[in-house]
Amino acid sequence: MTEIVCRCEDITEEDILDAIDQGYTTLEEIKRVLRCGMGPCQGRTCIPLITRIVARKTGKSLAEVSRPTTRPPLQPLPLSVFAGEEE
Amino acid sequence: MREEADVVVIGGGVTGCGIAYNLAKKGLTDVIVLERQVPCVGASGRCGGGIRQQFTTDANITLAMESVRLFEQLSVELDTDIEYEQGGYLIIAYEDEVDQFKRNVRLQNSLGLESRFITPEEAREIVPLLNIDPIAGATFCQTDGHANPFRVVHGYARKAQKMGVEISKFTAVTGIVVEDGQIRAVKTDKGTIKTNTVVNAAGAYSRDIASMVGVSLPNKPYRHEILVTEPVEHVLDPMVISFKTGVYFSQQKHGPIIGGIGDPEEPSSYNISASLRFMKRMARTVVELVPAFGHLNVLRQWAGLYDVTPDAQPVLGWTEGVDQFCQANGYSGHGFMIAPKVTELIAELIVDGKPSMPIDDLNLKRFEGEITGEAYVVG
Ligand SMILES: Cc1cc2nc3c(=O)[nH]c(=O)nc-3n(C[C@H](O)[C@H](O)[C@H](O)COP(=O)(O)OP(=O)(O)OC[C@H]3O[C@@H](n4cnc5c(N)ncnc54)[C@H](O)[C@@H]3O)c2cc1C
Ligand code: FES
Repeated sequence: MTEIVCRCEDITEEDILDAIDQGYTTLEEIKRVLRCGMGPCQGRTCIPLITRIVARKTGKSLAEVSRPTTRPPLQPLPLSVFAGEEE
Repeated sequence: MREEADVVVIGGGVTGCGIAYNLAKKGLTDVIVLERQVPCVGASGRCGGGIRQQFTTDANITLAMESVRLFEQLSVELDTDIEYEQGGYLIIAYEDEVDQFKRNVRLQNSLGLESRFITPEEAREIVPLLNIDPIAGATFCQTDGHANPFRVVHGYARKAQKMGVEISKFTAVTGIVVEDGQIRAVKTDKGTIKTNTVVNAAGAYSRDIASMVGVSLPNKPYRHEILVTEPVEHVLDPMVISFKTGVYFSQQKHGPIIGGIGDPEEPSSYNISASLRFMKRMARTVVELVPAFGHLNVLRQWAGLYDVTPDAQPVLGWTEGVDQFCQANGYSGHGFMIAPKVTELIAELIVDGKPSMPIDDLNLKRFEGEITGEAYVVG
């Protein structure tokens, strides 16, 4: 029974463990290879979970694994909002 | 990390990993790729993934056409779905661009590329959501398209590793030991590797690598910003771009629209922060061309570096003054799309001593004389 960890991109705990086995041992790489954390919620729900899985599996501390940088905007906004603004 | 290698490749982007793969494919597996962080962290992992053959110089058109031939079989070759799609590139033509674009199409056709000049109405047939009021036409090439850069880079890297190449992450090159014009070793923060041959594939940082051995590259770094929207139903086949506004956007396989816009006022720097100025310029330009996209939510924006040369063509091949020092950089914003062919040619140069297609015109030496360059610089 494998548990979904990233609901937006449909990634399971097993997918994460497989990626680590293949040598992708950092959050940065796992995010790029599996796209977890890149969905509409931008990883707010899944990255903490994935961080814990990586830490447990690689024997690193949570701080060492830490989270990849978030990229703005912090809340999704429609393009028209930006199109309407003055410089 | 090994202490000795036939070839040391600096940089784990599409260029470095592609060269490592092609060297191994030709039987040269005593190769190590040194990557300061992790593969794909540079421009390769930040790019739009666009694959275009509609260029304005012979060299760029030919490299891009040959690369498309290789992209077409790359998923099979690398045992990974690179999410390659040939939805075409639609290049918007504004009134004052029409004559030049028609000439460009003639050059492209003469080299065997099936690009064509089309009317605004024909453009709308290809992109039904396009607002054709401001445009005077477009050029279109169906075999252009896009692929997923992560898949391509990791595909090259994994396959190379299987054949015996070492990819050393978190390993920063700090120096290159040269004696009497011969390379002896590469120094890193994790130790020294003895070698005679070094490939400089460090993207926008290639000029720093070259300066370690006193070679000066004319390349300059420029920030380019890009954004991605929430995924939506499939509405866009081709990549849409304009050289006048510098905008480009396409729809990825799983639904999001991804795109960016060049900024003529951007100074050369290593800044890769995301700006509100970009977001506003991008939003305005996209919404003018495709008003329906105004409703799309932007999920994130980021930036990466273009490694720009004076003629917007790459710097490829050996370096005068330092034996066995190979340049593979200066892609000026279109390095992903030509990587399959370029990395194959560099591997041929190293293993066979001679690439199957001449690349002398792209040697660093060219900057000593007069420069004629690529006019089409966008994704
Ligand atoms: C926003 C944006 C959009 C783009 N869109 C497109 C597009 O649609 N189509 C296209 O074809 N191209 C596009 N490009 C250009 C394309 O991304 C690049 O030309 C290409 O990825 C270059 O690959 P590379 O491997 O040469 O360089 P990079 O991917 O930058 O790799 C260089 C690597 O070298 C490493 N490195 C640097 N210094 C050192 C050191 N001292 N020691 C060890 N390692 C080091 C870096 O960490 C980096 O990983 C775009 C670029 C940007 C920024
Ligand atoms: S749950 Fe992973 S990105 Fe939303």
